[in-house]
Amino acid sequence: MNTISSDQEVLNYSTDHGAHVSIQGLSKSFGDFPVLSQIELEINPGEFVAVVGKSGCGKSTLLRLLSGLDKPTEGAIYIDQQPLQGLNPFARVMFQDSRLLPWRKVLDNVTLGLKYQNKQRGQWALQEVGLSDRAHRWITQLSGGQRQRVALARALVSQPRLLLLDEPLGALDALTRLEMQNLIENLWKEQQFTAFLVTHEVEEAVYLADRVIVIEEGIISLNLPISLPRPRNSGSLEFAELKVRILDQILGRQRQPERHSQEFTAIES
Amino acid sequence: MQIAQSKPISFSWRSLPWEQFAPWLVPASLIVIWQLLAQLGFISTRVLPAPTQIVEAAIRLTLSGELLRNVGVSLYRALVGFSIGGSIGFSLGVLNGVSRPAERLLDSSLQMIRNIPHLALIPLVILWFGIGDPARIFLVSLGVFFPIYINTFAGIRSIDPNLLEMGKVYGLRQRELFWQIVLPGALPSMLVGLRYALGLMWLTLIVAETIAANSGIGYMAMNAREFMQTDVVVMSILLYALLGKLADSIVRALEAWLLPWHPSQSH
Ligand SMILES: Nc1ncnc2c1ncn2[C@@H]1O[C@H](COP(=O)(O)OP(=O)(O)O)[C@@H](O)[C@H]1O
Ligand SMILES: [Mg+2]
Repeated sequence: MNTISSDQEVLNYSTDHGAHVSIQGLSKSFGDFPVLSQIELEINPGEFVAVVGKSGCGKSTLLRLLSGLDKPTEGAIYIDQQPLQGLNPFARVMFQDSRLLPWRKVLDNVTLGLKYQNKQRGQWALQEVGLSDRAHRWITQLSGGQRQRVALARALVSQPRLLLLDEPLGALDALTRLEMQNLIENLWKEQQFTAFLVTHEVEEAVYLADRVIVIEEGIISLNLPISLPRPRNSGSLEFAELKVRILDQILGRQRQPERHSQEFTAIES
Repeated sequence: MQIAQSKPISFSWRSLPWEQFAPWLVPASLIVIWQLLAQLGFISTRVLPAPTQIVEAAIRLTLSGELLRNVGVSLYRALVGFSIGGSIGFSLGVLNGVSRPAERLLDSSLQMIRNIPHLALIPLVILWFGIGDPARIFLVSLGVFFPIYINTFAGIRSIDPNLLEMGKVYGLRQRELFWQIVLPGALPSMLVGLRYALGLMWLTLIVAETIAANSGIGYMAMNAREFMQTDVVVMSILLYALLGKLADSIVRALEAWLLPWHPSQSH
């Protein structure tokens, strides 16, 4: 269990708000094959942005550019007005496959990359994801959902100002996924990092994000703010409407949006 | 949860006497039968002496100091050869595993040498080194080198690149990546290499000592053959088996110690 003093220390640390991200004229090609072209995007400090799009549209590529794992072909990314060069020191990535080291126990996975392998901070992060009682287990003794929680704790232990999530819940069953969505939302509210979530689940994007972005053929084809109050009710009509709107954009469907919105507002009022 | 539950069950099974004695039942009966057949005169002692005669030979040679001296000499050759071949194999495996240019430069040459059975080199090695210890140590080194090299190399190359990428994002530098991800990830494969290497180490030594030596277990066996001391010959062979088994147990202990996380370790 954590002592109060270490919690205090961590809280002081986390008053640091999220990073401001500015993407300007960003293009990325692999050889002659263009994946992203002239992306422009501003992400406010502490904002939660979700990116959806068909498989292969370049979502992960954009995330990798933000992490500094790949270099843009053209354009630049600014973190708090500073151009990003090399690895992004403010960012942590959570991957779809948890990418935990099986030869380390849970706690030692969480503290990976901390300059001083601070057990207390590791314990704190595990407590945040509700796994403090598994600190000394091997990774192979955890379920898929628990592994992703450990991966989340590892991402958060260094108090990143930008959290990049690449389909982190894609491999989980539906119930675990709902649990994890709430966990991510709560931790985001508490720690106020900027979140960038890549997902193929439109519902997940609408549930979590302040803004949903659709990428199609290398450009941002929809940039839709979601202003529903939190915690969101995925059964509400506004929620459904936003979901349909995003899905229509992705699938290229035409609808009569007027009729829908009229119906919805009528029922709401 | 399931793992935690199944452990006490398997433990209680293991603690049953039957579970512990079962593996020894067949060899023990064979020895008893062998002893009976030898005593009743069905097997000539010239062909195969009785187990008790072998034990007697062992006691006799132990008391004269011959046994210990020869085992010591063999162990010394084995360990020196293993250290030389193993450390070169490990170093080159790490070097080629980590560096593509080094691999391009060295790997295909090493693979070519590997295709020569190292025991086929015995005549050449005797021409180079004479029949002294350097020849045997050279052969053992060569035999140990390849399994260590190949499995170290393969272990490093089979590391999930996603883990390395993760390490980079989490701020590990090149050296930390090596010590925290590459090496522990390659360790299971390296230990497989170690097990093969120890097997080849004994095999090479047996052949080398049998062909030309004036001390060592192999020499003891060949010398006894000249005097028709079948008991000493069989004892020497059993000694090799025992030492081989010992080496294997050491690797198992190493695996249990170094790879507690590995699926192979969860009984
Ligand atoms: N390292 C690479 N080399 C060549 N092509 C790549 C590479 N990474 C991604 N691509 C291509 O870029 C496109 C976008 O990939 P990605 O960003 O992974 O898509 P997704 O939106 O499914 O995450 C795909 O067509 C993929 O084949
Ligand atoms: Mg992807």
